[in-house]
Amino acid sequence: MEPTQRRSVVDVALQEGVIASVEAVTRAKVLDRLRLSDATFRHMTRAAAFGVLLLLGGVIVALIEGSLLALRTFGVGFLTTDRWNPVTEKFGALAPIYGTVVTSFIAMLIAVPVGLMIAFFLTELCPQWLRRPIGIAIELLAGIPSIIYGIWGLFIFAPFLQGTLQPFLIKTVGAAPVIGPLFTGPPYGIGMLTAGLILAIMVLPFVTSISRDVFEAVPAVLKEAAYGVGCTTWEVVRYVVLPYARVGVIGGVMLGLGRALGETMAVTFVIGNAHKVSASLLAPSTTISATIANEFTEAVGDLYTSSLIALGLILFVITFIVLAVARYMLLRIERRIG
Amino acid sequence: MIGRRLTALYDSRRRRNAIAKVLSLAATLFGLGWLVLILFALLWHGFGGLSLAVFTEMTPPPGSSGGLLNPIIGSLMLTILAVAIGTPIGILAGTYMAEYGRHDRLTSVVRFINDILLSAPSIVVGLFIYEVMVAPMGHFSGLAGGVALAVIVIPVVVRTTEDMLTLVPNSLREAATSIGLPRSMAITRICYRAARAGMVTGVLLAVARISGETAPLLFTALNNQFWSTNLNAPMASLPVVIFQFALSPYPDWQSLAWTGALIITLAVLALSVTARSLVASSKQP
Repeated sequence: MEPTQRRSVVDVALQEGVIASVEAVTRAKVLDRLRLSDATFRHMTRAAAFGVLLLLGGVIVALIEGSLLALRTFGVGFLTTDRWNPVTEKFGALAPIYGTVVTSFIAMLIAVPVGLMIAFFLTELCPQWLRRPIGIAIELLAGIPSIIYGIWGLFIFAPFLQGTLQPFLIKTVGAAPVIGPLFTGPPYGIGMLTAGLILAIMVLPFVTSISRDVFEAVPAVLKEAAYGVGCTTWEVVRYVVLPYARVGVIGGVMLGLGRALGETMAVTFVIGNAHKVSASLLAPSTTISATIANEFTEAVGDLYTSSLIALGLILFVITFIVLAVARYMLLRIERRIG
Repeated sequence: MIGRRLTALYDSRRRRNAIAKVLSLAATLFGLGWLVLILFALLWHGFGGLSLAVFTEMTPPPGSSGGLLNPIIGSLMLTILAVAIGTPIGILAGTYMAEYGRHDRLTSVVRFINDILLSAPSIVVGLFIYEVMVAPMGHFSGLAGGVALAVIVIPVVVRTTEDMLTLVPNSLREAATSIGLPRSMAITRICYRAARAGMVTGVLLAVARISGETAPLLFTALNNQFWSTNLNAPMASLPVVIFQFALSPYPDWQSLAWTGALIITLAVLALSVTARSLVASSKQP
């Protein structure tokens, strides 16, 4: 009996050892699998982050490749001529660039002061319970798709301007010596002024919400100190809040400018698609994005398509610079506040 | 003498203050006025055309009645495709930036580039997809349209994912690690759950953004007069149909364009209000 018993003890001991080693193996396997899935997940996220960089790189490479033919054919002259003739295949980007710059300038001229004043109202004057609803309403203005601005601009706003503001401007300011030429010609309704005004409405929410955010980030101590020495509300905003928030406000304005430069559909509806550089703001013109939207699908021939892509490249480079400056400015104020 | 000068100065400061206050109020009314005017115009011109036929019939040839069924379905399909492609990439990239490489050089570069992509002109995205998809494939397709919209979705999702994951308290991650959870599990099981409301908001905002996008679809998905769910063929979408119909000389096309515009606006506003209330409700514990 004894030997068997002893053997069985040994057996049991051996068995336990086997079980333990099996367990260790499975545990190691599970751990390996976990380590593998852990590493896979980590690499996937890293790859996705690189993917975002590749996206931008891809956009730049694709645009350069597409526009190579046009840039080789016309050289620097592409930027400085305003001919745009699909029949003779002579293309120059001056008219669209001019239209883009002028409409965006009109937009900023209106949106910046109005946006700042709304931010002033929202941060200093508005009763607390009204702040959120008004803020949301202004941001909804940013949420409305641009095609809606376009259809509204074409059917409602342009005819309205044609009947009221434009004849008025032609009659009064049109005869003035220096700025007169800006407001001459027949009131078409559509044109650079109308496009600029609609862009102003579209850009307004961006300027407002960023200015409001940076105004709110101004330390209360500074404002209280200014009130303490007897400043009026306006003086506090003008001489304390605005200088403190300047960098952020400039960032917001540049961000809005980036939007205005690249905006497509709203402008396409009301700009009139005329490839010419005219002094009058009431004249139909075109912008880079409107030209591409209007003509790309109908472009026949490689040179025509390539010229349109070259326009896209110019637009991308301009907005890239503007947006990069905007982000840099906003980063600076974030660092100071944070 | 000095007293009078001081009163004059005081008066002028007070006057200036009053003028500034009135101007700021006027500016606010001016801003809100546009919203009211645009919404009113949409309801006025679009509401009359709103009927069952709009949702059950195809786009008509000029001069006859019809609906917007094929562009509505097309828009839905393109949006779903764009979200299906863009959301995973965006969430993964945002995860890397917030979890693995919070202080990396790569993260700050990606953040900068992403912010630029976020406001890059959408028509340029259309040109990009045309160059890399439509031209090599030789034809316009719904697939290309979906990818173009995905390019717009990605930066929005990256941004909100990163922001929301950064808000998740570190103690949660430490607790997960202390009970032996691997990093990936801690992220997917703990952090994602904590940041869920914010991340869903990001996707909703992205959907709101792309459902009105026209420019990137013009030369990728193009347009289709007929019923088609083939992703390899040109596909109709609401914004492009509105663009085409509004610029046409036919009154019934124009009125359909207004109705379509009303539908899109209501959808977009509903989406952004939902997204906002999600954020608001998650902020209050």
